[in-house]
Amino acid sequence: MPDGTPHSVIDKDGLDALISVLTGHGRTVIGPTVRDGAIVLAEVCGGDELPYGWGVELEAGHYRLKRREDGAAFAHSAGPQSWKTFLHPQRVREWSAERRADGELVMAEDDTPPPSYAFLGVRPCDLRAIAVQDRVLTGGPYADRAYRGRREGAFLVAVECTEPGATCFCVSMGTGPAVDDGYDLALTEVIDDQGHRFLVRVGSAEGEAVLAELPCRFADAATETAARERVAEAVGRMGRTMPPVDLQVLMRETLQAERWNDVAARCLTCGNCTMVCPTCFCTTAEEVTDLTGDHAERWRRWESCFDLEFTHLQGGPVRASSRSRYRQWCTHKLGTWYDQFGSSGCVGCGRCIVWCPVGIDIVEEAHALNDERAAASEQAAS
Amino acid sequence: MIAPEVQVCPAGVPLPYRVVGHAIEAPDVATIALEPVGTALPPFAPGQFAMVYAFGVGDIPVSVCGIEGRRLTHTIRTVGAISGALHQVRTDEMVGVRGPFGTGWELPAATGQDVLVVAGGIGMAPLRPVVLAALAAPERYRRLNVLIGARTPRDLLYTQETANWQAAGAQVLVTVDRPDAEWTGDVGVVTTLLERAAFDPHETAAFVCGPEVMIRATARDLVHRGLAPDRIRVSLERTMHCGTGHCGHCQLGPLLLCRDGPVVDWFRAQPLLGVREL
Repeated sequence: MPDGTPHSVIDKDGLDALISVLTGHGRTVIGPTVRDGAIVLAEVCGGDELPYGWGVELEAGHYRLKRREDGAAFAHSAGPQSWKTFLHPQRVREWSAERRADGELVMAEDDTPPPSYAFLGVRPCDLRAIAVQDRVLTGGPYADRAYRGRREGAFLVAVECTEPGATCFCVSMGTGPAVDDGYDLALTEVIDDQGHRFLVRVGSAEGEAVLAELPCRFADAATETAARERVAEAVGRMGRTMPPVDLQVLMRETLQAERWNDVAARCLTCGNCTMVCPTCFCTTAEEVTDLTGDHAERWRRWESCFDLEFTHLQGGPVRASSRSRYRQWCTHKLGTWYDQFGSSGCVGCGRCIVWCPVGIDIVEEAHALNDERAAASEQAAS
Repeated sequence: MIAPEVQVCPAGVPLPYRVVGHAIEAPDVATIALEPVGTALPPFAPGQFAMVYAFGVGDIPVSVCGIEGRRLTHTIRTVGAISGALHQVRTDEMVGVRGPFGTGWELPAATGQDVLVVAGGIGMAPLRPVVLAALAAPERYRRLNVLIGARTPRDLLYTQETANWQAAGAQVLVTVDRPDAEWTGDVGVVTTLLERAAFDPHETAAFVCGPEVMIRATARDLVHRGLAPDRIRVSLERTMHCGTGHCGHCQLGPLLLCRDGPVVDWFRAQPLLGVREL
């Protein structure tokens, strides 16, 4: 459908209408808002809550909002949260158990109906991140119930990226800045002397039905061209680039690299990178009982592979050193994710770089590993 | 988008099972026999594991050490709160069980060959169904060797039964690290028994379970004796919280051990265990 339907154009009032229509369909609309000096994903009830005129300044360990003259709504790249906050929440009740008076145990799956979300402003990298979590949590023999319920009902409005940040590297991960599929509606923001507007492409039947309720017009050639140019220009403005090698092989061949000691000397093992990563999915089980002791609940909550307890066995943690824990995270993201789930676990959003308190940069680490491997093979050859 | 044919996790919620048998194997080891109260879980294969749930405490992965009809048997060593609670369950009480999870030993792959079972400590538990299956089909397999090592004589599992295995045609060799006053058998690590085991290294399938250091030493020795690494199957242990491949704890490099293990052949396991803290 992406190429079959003629493209449309909506204005800012169309964006307002989009929020109202989706809300009218019973959905909770989640979009970017400004709060606490950051772009925060939260429920939006009207277009005026979108971050018009706000951009972001990003660097390793650095995030600042900055004003923009052009009034753009989607000129900010990845913020501290991702959509996993809503699709794979921090705490989920999985089942509850009752112990009856006769000692019988009755266990029941949690049947809380999933919320019906519409996500407004899903960046291409994050759209790919959702696809990555789809494969992890629903692609194997067992589908995760909580994730699946939230995911299946979600309406996705993607927004192509025209303003990449200094920590972005989606081009080298093949995940952006354009989107081709996986959305219900895709917007591209265009601001020029002909006005502030959004090119709209339809990606699903529901997307088409929603668009039909909005004040829109067929796309004119100027808007089409401007939108394509904006996205094409973004390709050349990526702040970072992964080494142009097979990263899966690089990770496999550098498990014993000296560089892991170097990064371990800087890494605080705080786990921030895993919390902000849009694909990190690890959880831990938590058993909760009430005061009577006859009612128990199984919850799961986000867990980080940087936590010592993560690999706890009888003899102690398998990965005790910070070297081994950073290596686990990095090689999983860039390498073994392919073995486990058939794709990279990294989409190039740059969040882990921005939110690392000591500014560890996964791209810089990959380059260093690549350099160390090249130097070693050169030495072996001579 | 999500393929419609994927089933929502049927293994996500435990089924109630009743404790129908409880035996103390060693001071910190108990064997519990479980039968479903209602619906039974799908059949388990030797080597697979269940997530066994103690009400109000939590669940842990435990390999099956016995599969008879709908009855599941688990041998559990107390190492933490959950295993401690399961150690203390009484007959007629209920626990929850999810499963079956993971890969099996695949004993039939040893058809026509010598079968070599090497167990260290609690590692005898997941291997017990292999021994029983091999003894039940003597025409399928050549010689059956069962080599058992434990820290002390008190840590040996199923001692009554292992004597019967010998009578049923298996060669059973037992050694302990630290003998007590009554011990008259072998003393030393389990690999010292390999010398006396009767098997043709080129026509043997080996099944190894025990502490990781014992698995490494045994596999290394077997390879040295001429066994191909892919003829050695080992059962590995990592933390597991879900059993369904979603919690991420059980990773060993490219493997999710709840899904790609716990039984892995040495050809795959050796390079991974060779990297410290992987």
